[in-house]
Amino acid sequence: MMTTGTAEPRGQALAINNLSLEFPTFSGAVKALDDVSISVGKAEIVGIVGESGCGKSVTTMAATGLLPKGRYRVTGGTVRLFGHSTLSMDDSQLQDLRGKVVSTIFQEPMNALNPTIRIGRQLTDVIMRHEEVGPADARRIARDILADMLIGEPERVMNLYPFELSGGMRQRVLIAMAFSCNPGLIIADEPTTALDVTVQAVILRLIQNRARRTGTAVIFISHNVAVVSQLCDRLYVMYAGRIVEHGATRTVLETPQHPYTQALLRCLPERVAPKQELEAIPGAVPNLLQPPSGCYFQPRCKEAVEQCRSQTPQLTGADGQQVACWRRGVAVELPEQGGRR
Amino acid sequence: MTESVETMMRPVLEVSDLHVRFPASRNWLGRPTSHVHAVNGVNLTVRAGKSLGIVGESGCGKSTLAQAIIGLAPYEEGRVKIDGEDFQGAQGKQKRALRQKMQIVFQDPQSSLDRRLPVWRLISEPLHIRGGRSRAELHEKAEELAVAVGLRPEHLDRLPHEFSGGQRQRIAIARAISTDPELMVLDEPTSALDVSVQAQIINLLLKLQRERGLTYLLISHDVALVRHFCDDVAVMYLGQIVESGPADEVLRNPRHPYTQTLLAAAPSFESPLPDIAQVRAGELPNNRHLPDGCFYKQRCDRISGGCEAGQVLRRLSDSARHVRCHLAQA
Repeated sequence: MMTTGTAEPRGQALAINNLSLEFPTFSGAVKALDDVSISVGKAEIVGIVGESGCGKSVTTMAATGLLPKGRYRVTGGTVRLFGHSTLSMDDSQLQDLRGKVVSTIFQEPMNALNPTIRIGRQLTDVIMRHEEVGPADARRIARDILADMLIGEPERVMNLYPFELSGGMRQRVLIAMAFSCNPGLIIADEPTTALDVTVQAVILRLIQNRARRTGTAVIFISHNVAVVSQLCDRLYVMYAGRIVEHGATRTVLETPQHPYTQALLRCLPERVAPKQELEAIPGAVPNLLQPPSGCYFQPRCKEAVEQCRSQTPQLTGADGQQVACWRRGVAVELPEQGGRR
Repeated sequence: MTESVETMMRPVLEVSDLHVRFPASRNWLGRPTSHVHAVNGVNLTVRAGKSLGIVGESGCGKSTLAQAIIGLAPYEEGRVKIDGEDFQGAQGKQKRALRQKMQIVFQDPQSSLDRRLPVWRLISEPLHIRGGRSRAELHEKAEELAVAVGLRPEHLDRLPHEFSGGQRQRIAIARAISTDPELMVLDEPTSALDVSVQAQIINLLLKLQRERGLTYLLISHDVALVRHFCDDVAVMYLGQIVESGPADEVLRNPRHPYTQTLLAAAPSFESPLPDIAQVRAGELPNNRHLPDGCFYKQRCDRISGGCEAGQVLRRLSDSARHVRCHLAQA
């Protein structure tokens, strides 16, 4: 999984290898990503979790060429998206990929849809851009995929404008759009954060069912660990632009090894008796203009020793669970299993 | 906590048969011809020092209920009593006194704090409005409150944009507790925050409740948070309470079909993703024309005879909770 060679591993939808990226600002370079490696197998559902600003969206936006040109600098690493090296592609090449090879579902569907164009037209535009079909066939494809997203009366919905739909409907339209050209990889960037739990559950199911049936790989970006635990086969935990832990979802959530992952799970109210104090993580996320030396979590970590301050830990461990922590296996205290219900 | 048991059990908030509706359209005379029925007959009581959580989907009327309680949304039917006194019927000085007894913390501290005022002014503004304090006294009081919510005194002269979301929410909380309120309405206070910051804010609110005996009304869509934070919970659907009772009991073993759906859909570590059929997600019925009979019957999977009649919130014989469903009551 940590292959750094240039050969594309078989069966990989996306392979990000040692990607480092920074945003130049007047006060210096913000090191948004540092040595990030993520691999997504074909037909695999992979989660990226972390708090705001940890780089989870930047990673996938860099991989799909969605970051504003000239505002960022890639300082190392490679991205391979079904064999395409997206970092060196120009706009028109990227546009051929987007929608056809990779699609992104964003958090706020109202911002992702054009408010002045009817739903049907927005869908058929995407289909006709990538597939060799005429308007009538594109409409038929659009109708079928809307029906697949459990939208009743798809013909009627296609004649509506985005503002006439509820948030959950809009998000289903966007998912339909993302799946419409059968891409090999879907990136879902917090697709349900703005929705009610019942709608969220349906949307997650729709993504999961369709992805499993068509063999589409999914990267699911979320700050909600519980959602990721229900949906994803594997997950990556990010902190301040680095991956601190990754592995099979069950393994990582049941036996978290990195102190940050442990702290993240401990501060959830689910796992604590009512009215008991939650274990908040002291301090704040580091300023990436001047990141701390060594491990980025070290200033907030209870386990930190001298080595954590002087050397950056690398991800180590078997494929089932890899952790970037010097104290791993030394005195890492696991959260009480009894606290879970 | 030296107060006697009696004062501790005193209801700080009593809402009876509250209906809130907003005009949706008007005729040429400007008279409303149809209404949006946001809150449709809510009864609830919160005792001193306790927390009540209101959960429900967006559009169920939970925020309107909160606004009606603190006097931000007018209502024609029903009554809200703060500390035993009718709020809407109160006048002048008495009304102002009642208003000081309740405060609200909104979801988004970015938009609820005036971005041009320094922190000390923001925190002490409710006291300034009450009057009778000099600038120096207000500054001193602001410093005391800032420390109580975990801000540092040197933060007092800064502007809101210099703070993170969690710190801004601390400012909003300091402002809310400045008048020593009895009742704090918390409208999704941590929804915009990361979980580690949410934990800090929840800890702070629990600490303030222990120290000051505050009474909370928490509006939230996060079932796990309500179970952790609240003594009691009320589940709302289409402006009605469909189930209420001790939070742990209701959220562990829901009896109303809607509460069951809501809990099945809530993300959880223990259970897999529910099936689409199980969730029965649907739009809330149009609240311009309230449905006949049970409000939930269009989405309910256990529909039977008796659902055509209006449902009453009734106490179950075997527990301390109330359910608005004839099937659970049987």
